[in-house]
Amino acid sequence: MNINLKKLNFSRRTFIKNFLALAGVSSIGTALTSCSRKSSKNIKIGLMLPYTGTYAKLGKAIENGFKMALAKNGELDPESIDFYQVDDESNPAKAVDNANKLIVKDKVDILIGTVHSGVVMGMLKIARNSDALMLIPNAGAGAATGSQCAKNIFRTSFTNWQPTYPLGKILMEKGHKKAIFITWKYAAGSEARAGFEEGYIKFGGELINTLYVPFPNVEFQALLTKISAVKPDAVVCFFAGGGAVKFVKDYAASGLKDKIPLFGSGFLTEGVLPAQGAAAEGLMTTLHYADSLQNETNKSFRTKYYEKYGKLADVYAVQGYDTGLVLSQSLNKVDGDFKDRSGMIRAIEGMSVDSPRGQWTMSKAHNPIQNIYLRQVINNDNKVLKTAWDALEDPATGCGLI
Amino acid sequence: MPMMTVSHDMDFVTFAIQLLNAVQYGFLLFLVASGLTLIFGIMGVINLSHGSFYMIGAYLAWSLTDLSGNFWIAVICAFAISVILGLFLEKYLFSYLYRVDHLRQVLMTYGLILVIDSLRSLIWGDDVHGVEIPSIFNGTIQITETLSYPIYRIALSAICLLIALGLYILIGKTKLGMTIRAGSFDREMTQALGINITILYRLVFSFGIALAAFAGMIAAPVSSVFPGMGDQILIVSFIVVVIGGIGSLKGAMLAAMLIGLVDTFGKVVEVRVGTLSLLPELSGVSLYLLMAIVLIWRPQGIFGGK
Amino acid sequence: MSPIFLSRVGCLLGLIIFPFFADQFYIQFVSKVLIMAILASSLNLLVGYTGLVSLGHAAFYGLAGYALAIATTQYAITGFWINLFVSLTVTSILGFFIGALVVRTRGIYFIMVTLAFAQLLFFIFHDTDIAGGSDGVYIYNIPQVTFFGYNALNLSNPTEFYFLSLITFILVIFSIDRITKSLFGQVISGIKINESRVESLGFQAKYYKLTCFVISSFIAALAGFLAALQFGLVNPDMLGWHMSGGALVMVLLGGMGTLFGPTVGALVMLTLELILQSLTNHWQIFVGSIVILVAIFLPNGIVSALRLPYK
Repeated sequence: MNINLKKLNFSRRTFIKNFLALAGVSSIGTALTSCSRKSSKNIKIGLMLPYTGTYAKLGKAIENGFKMALAKNGELDPESIDFYQVDDESNPAKAVDNANKLIVKDKVDILIGTVHSGVVMGMLKIARNSDALMLIPNAGAGAATGSQCAKNIFRTSFTNWQPTYPLGKILMEKGHKKAIFITWKYAAGSEARAGFEEGYIKFGGELINTLYVPFPNVEFQALLTKISAVKPDAVVCFFAGGGAVKFVKDYAASGLKDKIPLFGSGFLTEGVLPAQGAAAEGLMTTLHYADSLQNETNKSFRTKYYEKYGKLADVYAVQGYDTGLVLSQSLNKVDGDFKDRSGMIRAIEGMSVDSPRGQWTMSKAHNPIQNIYLRQVINNDNKVLKTAWDALEDPATGCGLI
Repeated sequence: MPMMTVSHDMDFVTFAIQLLNAVQYGFLLFLVASGLTLIFGIMGVINLSHGSFYMIGAYLAWSLTDLSGNFWIAVICAFAISVILGLFLEKYLFSYLYRVDHLRQVLMTYGLILVIDSLRSLIWGDDVHGVEIPSIFNGTIQITETLSYPIYRIALSAICLLIALGLYILIGKTKLGMTIRAGSFDREMTQALGINITILYRLVFSFGIALAAFAGMIAAPVSSVFPGMGDQILIVSFIVVVIGGIGSLKGAMLAAMLIGLVDTFGKVVEVRVGTLSLLPELSGVSLYLLMAIVLIWRPQGIFGGK
Repeated sequence: MSPIFLSRVGCLLGLIIFPFFADQFYIQFVSKVLIMAILASSLNLLVGYTGLVSLGHAAFYGLAGYALAIATTQYAITGFWINLFVSLTVTSILGFFIGALVVRTRGIYFIMVTLAFAQLLFFIFHDTDIAGGSDGVYIYNIPQVTFFGYNALNLSNPTEFYFLSLITFILVIFSIDRITKSLFGQVISGIKINESRVESLGFQAKYYKLTCFVISSFIAALAGFLAALQFGLVNPDMLGWHMSGGALVMVLLGGMGTLFGPTVGALVMLTLELILQSLTNHWQIFVGSIVILVAIFLPNGIVSALRLPYK
């Protein structure tokens, strides 16, 4: 009897379920038809950037720089652009889904993104199979302009290899022959480490150990104790954002700072100097940009950026700005005909960009050939000491375009 | 059979310092886990959002230090705020959970995590912040030629130890503690004895929440303040509670120390079998392995009753 | 012919013709709903029918995905059927071992132990190099479904993938319906209500719980296998406890212990997410509030709530 009753309930529930499912399907149907198609005359730009989470600030800076460059060049009437925004949350798990939303659902012409290397790999997967033009304003994943490089994918920032490769030379110049590398265990960290090791070995250094911290953990105490026991000549690190603040402060607090010099990829001191305070004083890092670069483009860029957004520009704003420059210059070449993708691609290949970071050119693998500067934190500011490497080009191993 | 090799760079002093690191982490874990185990053991509520209060504590400490300019004033205010928050949440949300099954407790507190996280993002943003170490503890003790130990980390352990002792006396030796324990055994009977169990539960709950928030506050100067910090500590605290046995403060202390040791030494000792590296690669796994082993041996945790 | 039967047929027809009219994005979306519905239904077997609240069910979902990713990218195993077999077998075997350990515990401990095992697997994939660490793995060569050498389905095509998901979904729902109506189903519902009573009737509750655990991890593996195929991506988050929590929400929202409840839950949750995400960056606040409200006011889910007027 009991069982019979249950069966009855099942049937009722099933009925409701079917009713619901039908309603669901039909509502999706209506959503499809009612979905207002914006004018196809407008260029559709998809911005897939982190707007929440640890990298939220970086995403905003990139967007600001990007829009500033579009407004500056003036060729693009703001009325003629439809922006589609997606918050990628710096979550690789949602990367493909989010990129799919922009390319398949919104059918954007240009896809801009993103900060996190893992997320950019997901975007690549979708973008490679579409005819949208993809511009990467930050993420340094080597594969994007290496083994996974493609005609329609360009980067305006750097590869993870680029900023750390010249560090080996710098260390040897200063006589540090044995070093330890410490980083988060994720793609960007491992690639930065590989870049450093390659350069360091080439100039005669020895990387004695690599310490990994699971991303995004920030408990370093045990590893710092270990470093003090091993006593290398120098420590090299790759951290950004919150991890960078914590690591620099802990390194100073453990007393290591005055005993074993700390070097790093420049992201260590980008946008986080106020939070790091005195702990960062004197740190030397290498990067393709520094706030204090003394060229005219940089000076006027920084003033205008501050006037417009009330914030100091950083490397992320510069990369966003350059992305905007690349886009508007290429649109100029095709007289604004954004449907002429191959024309735009031809325009970007070999393009020379007058950037706040100095002049750079687009390599055959679609990545900037640029100067890497050695900087030191002096009075809570990244001061340029010298150019660590002139016109450094990523080896782009495995790229079919070269 | 491939050779298993163990290597480390530790002399005695380094080993002692690593031990100190382990104990310090253990103490902090205990502080978070003690609130969790009290709420678990006494009210039978699984509070998945416990870690969120750790995060709230840290953000409060940061924003109030910024406002007042003094870390200790900030901690006192933040503690008061978390107690009030606890009382409020107990009255309007958690009191409801005493009567429902674990599944609904899990869901509701899971929903609360999402809500608190969004609110945190709206109120404080998503940036990472550092909190200055309070000036009286802002120094280091030189231990070896290359290494000095931050005084604040030692002070942190001392504070945690004091609280642990206080808790032990409060729950084990006082009348209030007896009442609380009685309430966990038999709600109706305790009520019949003329004790207002509603008020009692409300107090215990907000105290448990405040403990987690307090842990977040005092950890803020060494751990920095960032989104997602609650998630990280939540799961580890749950392991502490489960290994120790639900409701047992003694067990939570033992388990917290065990986890402190496993976590710290898992990161710095290198273990290889042949060419395969086990540690430190698998140090993140070691905690869960420890939990699995303990539960196979004792399904109710080390000091778990029933 | 009963109205129930007619509405079922209508619904099925709707699902079959739907992809011929819809935009590619919505075809992909409904495929995702179907996959999540399979995952939630498998969890429902444990939570809704047997009363075992698992907070680590995504472990099997993720593990199946990883098995596929590792087999295709590291061992160059490209066939669809062989991958399906490997993925399901590996996951079920692990489901058996984990199940054997966790069914010894109950109540809060069961919740925590399932969580711990899922986290253990999560960190193995997250912290080591065996499969891409925290960034996950991309599968660039999606296996193609073949029948006796004949290419039956091209899974890179969203519509053909949709039909694979739909067929799997129907098979899963049908199997769960059979299982729960069998003697086995009656025993596990008995366990939910009163375990010692079931024992006294001569059934070894432990073995029934273990069997149920393995079946449900097998079905979760099907969902994980499909999810990894859909976009060719696996990531540690697939095993994470937010995934497990999300699946649990779907089960409870739709109605636990009902055949179609989890499906309704999956549809509602994913649709809500899709709509809210496009409205605000702080969409989680709404999802969280809804979850809290459901836990308080709709403990038996949408399906039961809507049944009320019919009483």
